[in-house]
Amino acid sequence: MSSRNNLPVLAFATTALLGIAVVLALLVAPEDVDQGVSQRIFYFHVPIALTAYLCFGLGAWKALRLLSVGGERRDLESYTWIHQGTIFGALTLITGSIWAKASWGVWWSWGSNQLVLFLVLFLFYCAYFMLRFSVDEGARRERICAVYALFGVALIPVSFFAIRLASDFIHPTVFTREGPQMTGTMFGSFLVCWTGITLLAYVMYRIELVGKRTDANLRELREALS
Amino acid sequence: MSQGQYVALAYGVVFVFVLLWVAIIAAKLARLERETDELANLARERSVDG
Repeated sequence: MSSRNNLPVLAFATTALLGIAVVLALLVAPEDVDQGVSQRIFYFHVPIALTAYLCFGLGAWKALRLLSVGGERRDLESYTWIHQGTIFGALTLITGSIWAKASWGVWWSWGSNQLVLFLVLFLFYCAYFMLRFSVDEGARRERICAVYALFGVALIPVSFFAIRLASDFIHPTVFTREGPQMTGTMFGSFLVCWTGITLLAYVMYRIELVGKRTDANLRELREALS
Repeated sequence: MSQGQYVALAYGVVFVFVLLWVAIIAAKLARLERETDELANLARERSVDG
């Protein structure tokens, strides 16, 4: 089956996997001794955050390919990945905020480096859209957007490792050098959730890309016919 | 709010975001279908004229 035709199968597989993920996260995984039921937000919050990093990273990779090899389609691919990244970034901030309120009694802490750094990363990529829509369409816009997307990727490791380097109380570190600090069932549930969320991002990316390409083709067709 | 309600809120937000995205894509699909119809009509008119 060609990669073009496997989208419905992927979409069904994603829906099924996310259904299983919700059951595992809410019903099967044991309750955390320290945090209680609010820890169940972890099973979606962390995969969503990792997926946001992945989407921004792939957007930057496509931008790098655009600058090194060229190709209009890579601009559209980079743009679509960054769009997915901002969707998952917004979800990371919202679910993280709800988890913080449930566990520690605060919606947000400006003193926490990792929270602020993720917000900076998110806002940086939000500004990408302002830049994109303020420059006329064409090769110049493609290059400017690609350079901007590449700059942003430097923030990803800073944001990711801030969680490990920070010593404040608010953000727990679950994955350490000794391995995941959770039971096997918890880790298995987490992996299923992570796979489901990553697949969801990929399916959303593919659908959006088809829409954007069709849009561009229709524009060309309209110009040719008029 | 209880801890359980916060968990429901977090999962609900994710669900609503995905639903919202589906609604936006559905609206876009409807627009693309309309534009394709317009172009098909235009092409048909051209072939009749030409």
